[in-house]
Amino acid sequence: MRFMMIVKATTDSEAGAMPSQDLIDAMQKYNEELVKAGVLLAADGLQPSSNGIRISYPEPGGKPKVMDGPFTEAKELIAGYTLIEVKSREEAIEWALRMPDPHGYGQGELEIRQVFEAEDLTGNPESLAKGATLRKQVEEQKSRDFVPNTSNH
Amino acid sequence: MTLSQTHRTIDAIWKMESAKLIASLTRMVRDVGLAEDLAQDALVIALERWPETGIPDNPGAWLMTAAKRRAIDLMRRMKLRDQKYVEIARSIDLYTEEDVDHVLDGEISDDLLRLIFMTSHPVLSQDARVALTLRLLCGLTTDEIARSFLVAESTISQRIVRAKRTLRAEKIPFELPTGEERKERLSAVLEVIYLMFNEGYSATSGDHWIRPLLCQEALRLGRVLAEVVPQEPEVHGLVALMEIQSSRLKTRVSSKGKPVLLMEQNRAQWDRLLISRGLAALERSQKLGHPFGPYSLQAAINACHAQAPTVAETDWIRIAALYEALSRVTPSPIVELNRAVAISMAFGPSLGLQIVDELSTETSLKGYHLLPSVRGDLLVKVGLFDDARREFERAASMTRNDREKKLLLNRAAECESKASI
Repeated sequence: MRFMMIVKATTDSEAGAMPSQDLIDAMQKYNEELVKAGVLLAADGLQPSSNGIRISYPEPGGKPKVMDGPFTEAKELIAGYTLIEVKSREEAIEWALRMPDPHGYGQGELEIRQVFEAEDLTGNPESLAKGATLRKQVEEQKSRDFVPNTSNH
Repeated sequence: MTLSQTHRTIDAIWKMESAKLIASLTRMVRDVGLAEDLAQDALVIALERWPETGIPDNPGAWLMTAAKRRAIDLMRRMKLRDQKYVEIARSIDLYTEEDVDHVLDGEISDDLLRLIFMTSHPVLSQDARVALTLRLLCGLTTDEIARSFLVAESTISQRIVRAKRTLRAEKIPFELPTGEERKERLSAVLEVIYLMFNEGYSATSGDHWIRPLLCQEALRLGRVLAEVVPQEPEVHGLVALMEIQSSRLKTRVSSKGKPVLLMEQNRAQWDRLLISRGLAALERSQKLGHPFGPYSLQAAINACHAQAPTVAETDWIRIAALYEALSRVTPSPIVELNRAVAISMAFGPSLGLQIVDELSTETSLKGYHLLPSVRGDLLVKVGLFDDARREFERAASMTRNDREKKLLLNRAAECESKASI
C-alpha cells in the first residue's frame, strides 16, 4: 500500500528560506534509508506558495476563479511530499517517525495519507466474489503467461 | 497506544528489521536457522517489554543488541559443551555489542547480500528458495507465504525447515562468491525474485490480498538488491522489468473480472510513476555499458509498450529487434513465437508467418495452443480464412481453459463465415 508523507509548510518555507545544512544532510540520509529499504517511490520539495496558483470553483457549474499566490495560513499549505510503498499502516507511521523534524523550530508537521488503490475504487462485492473463479482460470492460463509481451497482458 | 496497536507496530518493525537482523546474526553464528531463532528471541523480548516501556527510539538497534546478547549467552553456554562453538564464540566481539549502529550501517549491505545468496542457493529446490527468501528476507510469516501459494501452512513450514537443514548439512558458507561463480549465483538470486514476482503477477486478482503482496515483495527486494549491488546491470534490468509490468497490474483485469490482454488495456490507467521508475532503472542498466542481458532486454521490450500511446504507435521494429537479441541470449521457441508476432506487426503478416511455420516442427511447442492461435491470427491477416479456421480449432482443442476455448471457437466460426463469402 502507498502512503504520502506530506510535509506542511512553515513561515520559513513560505519565505523561501533554505533549511540548514544539518537538516539537508539528515534528510538526505533519511531518503537514502528509504531507498535502501526499497520503499521510496518519489519525493519532492515544493516552492513557496508565492509562486503558486490556486484555481477554485466558487459557483457550482460556474467558471473557475484563478488566483495567484502567496496564500496565507502556512499550516494548511504543503512544502513537500514523500511517497512510499509499504506493507502496513504501522510501517508507514514507523517510517514517518524516522523522518527528521522537517523544519526544526517548533513548526514541523507531517501528515500521513494513504493513497487509494484500484481495489478501493473497484472493490464492489460483485467483482470481489468473482475473484475465486478468476483465480482458477488464471491458474490454467499460467502456461500461456510465458509469452510475455505481445499476446500476454 | 493500546496493546493491539503496539503489537501491530512491533510486527511492522519486525518486517522492516528482521532481514538485517538475521543477516548480521548469521555472520556471527554461521547458521541461518540459529540466526533466525535468535532474532525471534529478540522479538519475543520486545513483545514483552515494549508494551510497558514504549517503542524505543531506534528499535532496529534495540533488537540487534537484544539478539546479540542472546547469541553471546548461548555461545558461552555452548562452548563449555561443544568444541565447535569455541571458534564461533571467539569470532563474536564481546566488547562491541553496544556499537550496533556500526553493524547496522557499515556491513549490513554485504550481510544482506550474503543472506540472499544463501536463500537462493542452487542446492535448494526452487520452491524452497522462494519460500526461504520470503521468510528470511521479506519477513513474511509462514501463514502469509502459505496463503500466497495456496498451500497448507504446514507444507510451507516443512519446506522452510528442510531448506535450513539442507543448508546446514551441505555446509553452505555465508559468503560473497567471486568471479564466474558470483555471476551464476547472482543469476540464481534474480531468478528467485522473478519467480516470486511472476507467482503474484500471473495470479491476476484471485485473492484480493495475495496478488499485490508477492509482486510488491519481489519488487521491494529487487529495489533493495539494486542498492546493494548497483554495479550489476541485470539487477537494474530485473527491477525495470518488474516496475513496468507492475504499472499494468490495475488494467490486467476488467471490472467484471475478465483478464484483459496488453493490446486491449486502457493505457491511460497504467501507473505512470512505476513506468518512469522502470525507465530510470533501465537507463541505469544501459549506462553500465554491457550488452543487455535477458532481464534488461525484456524490460526494454516492455518499455516500448509502456511508452507507446496506442498499439498502432508501438515501435514494433524495435520490439522485433529486441526479441531477436533476446533469442540470441536465451534461445527459446516461445521467444521466437513472440518475435514472429512483433515481426508481423512491424513488417506485415507474411514474414511473421514464415517464422511461425518454421516453429511448427518444434517438439517443445507440441500441444502449446498459442502456436496455432498465433498462426491462425496471421492467416486471417493474409486472408486465408479456411486455414485460419483449422488453426483456431486446433488451438481450441489444446487449451483446457473454457473461456479461452470459447474465444478460439468463436474465431474459428468467424473464419468459416468469411471463407464462404
